Amino acid sequence: MINPAVFATTFLAAAVEIVEMVIIVVGVGTIRGWRSTLVGAASGLVILAALILALGMTLTLVPIGVLRLVVGSLLFVFGLQWLRKGIRRVAANGFRGMGARAATDDDIPTHGMDWTAWLLAFKGVLLEGLEVTIIVVTFGAAARAFPTAALAAAAALVVIGGAGALARRAVERIPRSALQLLVGTLLSAFGTFWAVEGLGIAWPGADLAIIALAAWYILAAAAYIGRLRRHARQPTPQDKLVPQKAR
Amino acid sequence: MTVSWLHRAATLSLRGLVAFGKFWYGFIIGDDWTVAAAVAAALVVTWLLHTAGVTAWWLPPLAAVAATGASLRRISR
Repeated sequence: MINPAVFATTFLAAAVEIVEMVIIVVGVGTIRGWRSTLVGAASGLVILAALILALGMTLTLVPIGVLRLVVGSLLFVFGLQWLRKGIRRVAANGFRGMGARAATDDDIPTHGMDWTAWLLAFKGVLLEGLEVTIIVVTFGAAARAFPTAALAAAAALVVIGGAGALARRAVERIPRSALQLLVGTLLSAFGTFWAVEGLGIAWPGADLAIIALAAWYILAAAAYIGRLRRHARQPTPQDKLVPQKAR
Repeated sequence: MTVSWLHRAATLSLRGLVAFGKFWYGFIIGDDWTVAAAVAAALVVTWLLHTAGVTAWWLPPLAAVAATGASLRRISR
């Protein structure tokens, strides 16, 4: 018998975490290629399943704070790298580069596994998956309705994962320079959020703080793009000398 | 025979270790070490302020934007 209250609560709580997981996987997959990203996501799910099987209900004892701090800090610094690259590309070329990724993009390997994409997807899926599992264990145990909580989380994964798969085509239509900027912004926002949470500090507005952080990084990126463009338009000392020489 | 096999294994292990180190260096540090250092310093100061009872969640996003700006300024010079 399904407990509707437990189902709705667990579905919504799990959906928040799964949205974060799907955003990372879709963003990284679109920029760096799908094969390595999906292998990374699948590896995260396999490790998660192994942890669930090995630890069962004692999974709540996993030091999630330490995991958040480590994963968050890595995402934070890596997201800022992409943010910086995105700012420079948009400042230099505007929103160009539609369609499939070029083989010469950044440091993306043309063959074999792209370990950067693998690691980003793996970490995102493992951390968020672990948080979803803890939600299921906590809600399920509190209401003594573990099967309902597990079913709700599975339903959230199918719904949000399906939406992510459908959104893939739309995301691929976003110009590449803009997408790198956007994904850099999101990775920086998630990284900042998790790293600070991992220090044991609560954000005002809880998970909604991620939206505020993304807005903060977008505003900063827009300001820096404007500054780089103004700087590029300013004539260099050599440019000023050319008309005098011509005379 | 055994010596050459051991030598090859050692060379491969060393190459793997170097590739592993390069991967993590590129992942964390990238093309500007100062941003990663600023993030690390901001997180340490945030934790210190938090343990002293000061609200400090605002520090890492501020430090990240400042470090990104400084890095872009250096590159654009």
